[in-house]
Amino acid sequence: MKYAILVYETEQDFANREMHMPAYSAYSQALAEAGVMAGGAGLHPPHTGTTIRLHDGQRKVQDGPYADTKEQIGGFFLIEVPDLDTALDWAARCPAASNCAVEVRPLLTMDQA
Amino acid sequence: MDARRAAELAARNSYGRLIAYLVAQTRDVAAAEDALGDAFLAALKTWTESGIPHNPEAWLLVTARHRLIDMARRTQVSDRILNAFKLDRFAPTTEPSLEDVTFPDDRLKLLFICAHPAIDPTIHTPLMLQTVLGLNAAQIASAFLVAPATMSQRLVRAKAKIRDAGIAFELPLAFELPTRLEAVLEAIYAAYTNGWEGVSGADPRQKGLAEEAIWLARLCVQLLPEEPEVRGLLALMLHCEARREARRTADGAYVPLLQQDTRLWSQPMMAEAEAELTQASTFQQLGRFQLEAAIQSIHARRAITQQVDWQALALLYEGLIQLSPTLGALMSHAAAIAEVKGWEQGLALLEALPPERVNSYQPYWALKAHLLKHSPNHSDTQQAYVRAIGLTEDPAIREFLMQRSHHYNSSI
Repeated sequence: MKYAILVYETEQDFANREMHMPAYSAYSQALAEAGVMAGGAGLHPPHTGTTIRLHDGQRKVQDGPYADTKEQIGGFFLIEVPDLDTALDWAARCPAASNCAVEVRPLLTMDQA
Repeated sequence: MDARRAAELAARNSYGRLIAYLVAQTRDVAAAEDALGDAFLAALKTWTESGIPHNPEAWLLVTARHRLIDMARRTQVSDRILNAFKLDRFAPTTEPSLEDVTFPDDRLKLLFICAHPAIDPTIHTPLMLQTVLGLNAAQIASAFLVAPATMSQRLVRAKAKIRDAGIAFELPLAFELPTRLEAVLEAIYAAYTNGWEGVSGADPRQKGLAEEAIWLARLCVQLLPEEPEVRGLLALMLHCEARREARRTADGAYVPLLQQDTRLWSQPMMAEAEAELTQASTFQQLGRFQLEAAIQSIHARRAITQQVDWQALALLYEGLIQLSPTLGALMSHAAAIAEVKGWEQGLALLEALPPERVNSYQPYWALKAHLLKHSPNHSDTQQAYVRAIGLTEDPAIREFLMQRSHHYNSSI
């Protein structure tokens, strides 16, 4: 099963990314060495986002992220593991689990889509 | 412990006793839980209106029993429940003498049911925590890092199995007692945070149930006073628990066992542990938990002697590995051997382990890094540190390892 580990960060986390870097690189290395890494990426902070909606064919473009919440998505890891329990094990090791939160979601497979 | 916590623990005692008795009568754990839950709700309402009855347990029991009979009538499926109570000595006529109601403590049988070989071993501990202690599925799920819905499903499935497979609600026979008891003790131990006493820290998978685990072990000692392994388990957990305050600095940083300030260790807990261990040894039947407790007892001696007897530890771990070669024991043995015979010997033990067993095991990489520090191969040491950091769940241990790794990098 493929799962996405969605990494949530607080404003403070985004400000201190430099500091968290070594922990994240150790984490992704551990994922890779265990052979479960299937992809992923870090995202620039939410203020760099641009949100677009089409209302009656009219484009509405807005600066900033879609949802204006305190915690924002900062990146994601894709992992391939046998089951949700294992996915949760890996999610708990993600530095964001103790800093803020991580969400684990199964990926849709082609035949489900 | 605050008043609320104390009340919780007292209620836990009644809860487990009541559930055990109801299950003994009906064999239906889920139905017993529902009925008792209803009875507690009814108590909240009735007791606030007309005062607390003289014998609250008996009141709860009689009310729960009524609920069970109602449920059985409504669903018309449970002859078992109706039959169970037909011959019950609390026929409605006995209700006026509610004061005299006494019932046997069937919790031991309940513990053995929860850890029955016919039940999936991974659900033994959750089942015990729910039935004997009354913890809810969400609390248990958090402790075991499982999604709450999944944990609920697994508990429901296990209870259905107990009901439908006709698992006997009896104490095991003498010849099967040792294996059956081992499963009970394993399940209690699994509720306790384990592994943190390793040399360089470990993944504390199951947090926050230490008190519950010790409570269950005390209950077991009370119910099975003649079983030395039960006392061994209690002694082991008390020794570990005695060090709780010393495991973190005031600002939350991780302190490994060997660097802990022994003045912070709880004297009463260590004394209780030693007393249990001494009592256990009078039976002259050594077992895994007594060995583990003896190991912790040696560490505890540092509070008096200011030093660690590595020779003795290495021997005890060797004995432990013969009985139960868990990864934790293998790590600790390698660490002890490294102290006695040098880091190369410890490392050789680590490297003899099959890679697939240790690949994602944090303590392995932390210990490996610790031992490799003495080797000339710097990149291997750095790699081991990075692996340990990446596999760590506990932020304090992550921080500790990152500092060690940083310190190492700047020293070469």
